[in-house]
Amino acid sequence: MSKARKDFTQEQETKIIKGNVSAAYAAKSARVQVIGAYPITPQTTVVEKLSEFVDSGSMPGTQYIKVESEHSAMASMVGASMTGTRTFTATSGQGLFYMNEMLHWATGTRLPIVTAIASRGPAPPWNIWADFTDVISQRDTGWMCSFCATHQEIYDEILMSYKVCEDYEILLPKFVAYGGFILSHTSKPVIIEDQEAVDNYLPPLPDEKGWPHIFMDPERPMMFGNLIMPSGFYSEFRLKIHDAHMKAKEKIKNAAKEFEKSFGRNYGNGLTQQYKMNDAEVGMLIYGDLALQMEEAVDLVREEGYKVGMVKLRYFRPFPVEDIINIAKSVKVLGVMDRATAFGSPTGGPVSSEVKTAIEGVEKTAKILPMIGGLGGREVTLEQQTEQLKILIKMNETGDAPGDLFHGTLWHGKLEVE
Amino acid sequence: MVTIKQALDDEIACKEWFLPGNSCCAGCGLEIALRWAMKALGPNTALVTPASCLNVVIGLWPKTAPNFPFTNMAFAAGASAATGISEAYKAKAYRFPGKVWEKMTTLVFAGDGGTTDIGIQALSGAAERNSNIIYTCYDNEAYMNTGIQRSSSTPHGAKTTTTVFGKERFKKNLPAILAAHEIPYVATCSISEPLDIYEKYKKAKDIEGCKYIHILAPCPPGWNYPSEDTVELARLAVKTGVWPLYEIENGILTLHKKSKSLVDPSKRAPLVDYLSRQKRFSNISEQALIKLQERIAHDWDNIKAKLRAQEK
Ligand SMILES: Cc1ncc(C[n+]2csc(CCOP(=O)(O)OP(=O)(O)O)c2C)c(N)n1
Ligand code: SF4
Ligand SMILES: [Mg+2]
Repeated sequence: MSKARKDFTQEQETKIIKGNVSAAYAAKSARVQVIGAYPITPQTTVVEKLSEFVDSGSMPGTQYIKVESEHSAMASMVGASMTGTRTFTATSGQGLFYMNEMLHWATGTRLPIVTAIASRGPAPPWNIWADFTDVISQRDTGWMCSFCATHQEIYDEILMSYKVCEDYEILLPKFVAYGGFILSHTSKPVIIEDQEAVDNYLPPLPDEKGWPHIFMDPERPMMFGNLIMPSGFYSEFRLKIHDAHMKAKEKIKNAAKEFEKSFGRNYGNGLTQQYKMNDAEVGMLIYGDLALQMEEAVDLVREEGYKVGMVKLRYFRPFPVEDIINIAKSVKVLGVMDRATAFGSPTGGPVSSEVKTAIEGVEKTAKILPMIGGLGGREVTLEQQTEQLKILIKMNETGDAPGDLFHGTLWHGKLEVE
Repeated sequence: MVTIKQALDDEIACKEWFLPGNSCCAGCGLEIALRWAMKALGPNTALVTPASCLNVVIGLWPKTAPNFPFTNMAFAAGASAATGISEAYKAKAYRFPGKVWEKMTTLVFAGDGGTTDIGIQALSGAAERNSNIIYTCYDNEAYMNTGIQRSSSTPHGAKTTTTVFGKERFKKNLPAILAAHEIPYVATCSISEPLDIYEKYKKAKDIEGCKYIHILAPCPPGWNYPSEDTVELARLAVKTGVWPLYEIENGILTLHKKSKSLVDPSKRAPLVDYLSRQKRFSNISEQALIKLQERIAHDWDNIKAKLRAQEK
C-alpha cells in the first residue's frame, strides 16, 4: 500500500457495546473490502454502524453497497468475493430466507463470505426475537455455521471465521449466528483488538491475484458457473464441498488454538466448549446465548451435589460428530436443547435430530433427551434451566424419560393450552 | 456517427471477443449484439449473465466462448452481482493502485425476462444507486431458454407457449422506466445497426454510473421465421417505428438517424411488413393489429412531445 493512502487504525480497547456493534467492529478489524447490506430487525445496527465506519473514513478503501434487498445483498457479495475481495454482510430471519438462492450460489462458487446473523423467529406470525430456526433452516446450503454465546464471542468468532473460510483447502462461506435482541441489542464490554495484532492473526486476503480458484481478471480470462451435464463433474464438485466441510473441523480447531495464543481467549476446541463435564453424569448440549446462562444453572445444581455439566455447541456446520460421540459416551443422560424447530424431523428439533444421527450405532452412549425451548425469543429463566438439568438428573436416577414428552421431545416452558 | 472505416481502424473492434464455437442457434440476434458490444468494450470487461439463453449458448462446461472474464449468475441477480464486481474493482484499485482494476468495465447481458420481470428489482436498485455498470437487455421478447413463454417484454398479439392466442397486454417500456430513474445514459439499439451498437457502448464505457442499453435481438425459433431473416426483421422493426432507436444522455433524448424521420407517421413502413414475416403473429386479429398501430403512434407521440419540450 502506498504511503499516501489512508489505512485502518485501531488500538486495543475495551468498549461497552451492543452485540451488533461488536459484529461491525469485527468486520472493520478484518479489513473487509466490500459490504453489501440491507436492514432488518434485529440486525439493523450492524449495517448502521458499518455505514458510520465507512462514511467517516475509518475503513479507507472499503466499498459499501446499499442494496435494495437481501437477494441483492448476497448477489453483490458473490460478485465482490469472486472478484477477489474480502466481503461481509449481515441479516436476520426473513432476510436470510430471501437470500436463499444466492446462498447456494456462494457455496457452489466456493466463496469465503462471512455473514452475521442476528437470529429471529420465522413469520408468520411476525416475530423478531431470538430463534435459530432462520439460520438452521439454511442447513443444506453448504454454509458453515456457528453460534455465539457472548458479545465478545461475536467479535472473536467473526475473526476466526475468516481464518477458516479463507483457508485454500476450505473456501466456504459461513454464518456467525447470535440471538436477536438478547445479544444484538444488549450492551457488554468487548475487547476490540489492536489492528496489527489482528493483521498478524488474519493476514489481509486475498492478494492481488484474488482467490486461487476464481478471479475476474482480464489477464486470465475465465468463465464461471457454466451449465454442466449430468455426465460432467457436477457430483464431484458437490463431493468436494462436503469434503471441505469435513476438513474444516481441523482448521476450526487450529483457528481457535491460534486465536487463544494471539488474544488469550479460549473457545474450547473451537467446535464445542465444555463446562464442568469432567466428572459429569448428566450433561446438557446447548447453543447460542442460552449456553451462557446455563453455566450458572450448572453451578447452582452442582451446589446441591449433583454431577452435571454443559456442552456449548459452537458449530452446527460442520457438525462435530466426533465431539458429540465422546460427550455421549462420557455421560449417562444428555439433554439437547434446541431454540429452533425442524418440523417433521425425528425429534422436531434440528440439533437433537443430528445428535441422534451422530451417535447411531455407537455403543454405550448416553440416553438422549431432546428438548425445545425459548422459541421466538420466549424468555428462558435461570429457574427453568435448573429445572431442565434436574429433569435430566431424574431421568438418570429412574431410567425413565419424563412423562410429558411431545412425540419424544420435551417442549419446555410452553404455555398450557387446550 | 462511427463509420465502418473508423471501426476497422480500431484494433480491438477487429478482434472477436465472443468466440466462434458458441452454441447460439443459426441466425441468433443475441450473438450479434454481444459480439458488437464487446468490440466496443474490449477485453478489460467483466461480463455477468443471469439465467437465459446466453447462459447456455456461452458454452457447456468446460467449453467457453468468451475471451474475457465471464460469470453466469442467478436469474434475478444480474444487476446486483455486477454491482458487487464493480465495487470490488474499486476496492482492489484502492489496495493495488495503478493496475488494470481501475480500467475495468462491468457489463451485464440479460434477457428480457431477466430484465423486465425477475431482475427488475435489482436493476432498479442499481439504477437508483447509480452503480457503475453497463446493463444490457438483449430483447428477444420472450423466455426463450425455457421454451418461448411470454415475458413483460412480449408484444401485444404475439403467440408464445403461455399466450397461445396472442398476448393481451402491451410490451413493458423498460428504457422509459430506466430513464425515469434519471441515470446518466439510456439507449436503444437494434442488431441491424451494429455500428450504432459499437458507438453506444463506446460512449457508455466512458460514462461513470449506471448505463442501460436495450437491444432488440430477433430469435428465429422464438419468433418463428427463417434464420436468414434475423437482420432484415430487426431492420423492419426500426423502419416500421416498432422499435425507435434513440439515446437519452443526461436526460436529453436524441434519435438515431434511421429513426429521426419516423417522427412523421407517413415515413414509417407498414406494420404488416414486419408482422407478416413472423409466425408468432400469424393469428393476429384485425383488432389487435389496430391496437398495436395505435400503441406505436402513442409511443411516437411521447417521443415527439419530449423532443419539443427539449427545444424550448
Ligand atoms: C429463479 C429462477 N426462476 C426461473 C428460472 C428458469 N429460467 C431460466 S432462464 C428463463 C427465461 C429467460 O428468459 P429471458 O431472460 O428473456 O432470456 P432468454 O432465454 O429469452 O434469452 C427462466 C424462466 C431460473 N433459472 N431461476
Ligand atoms: S433461442 Fe433465440 S435467443 Fe436463444 S440462442 Fe436460439 S436464436 Fe438465440
Ligand atoms: Mg428473452
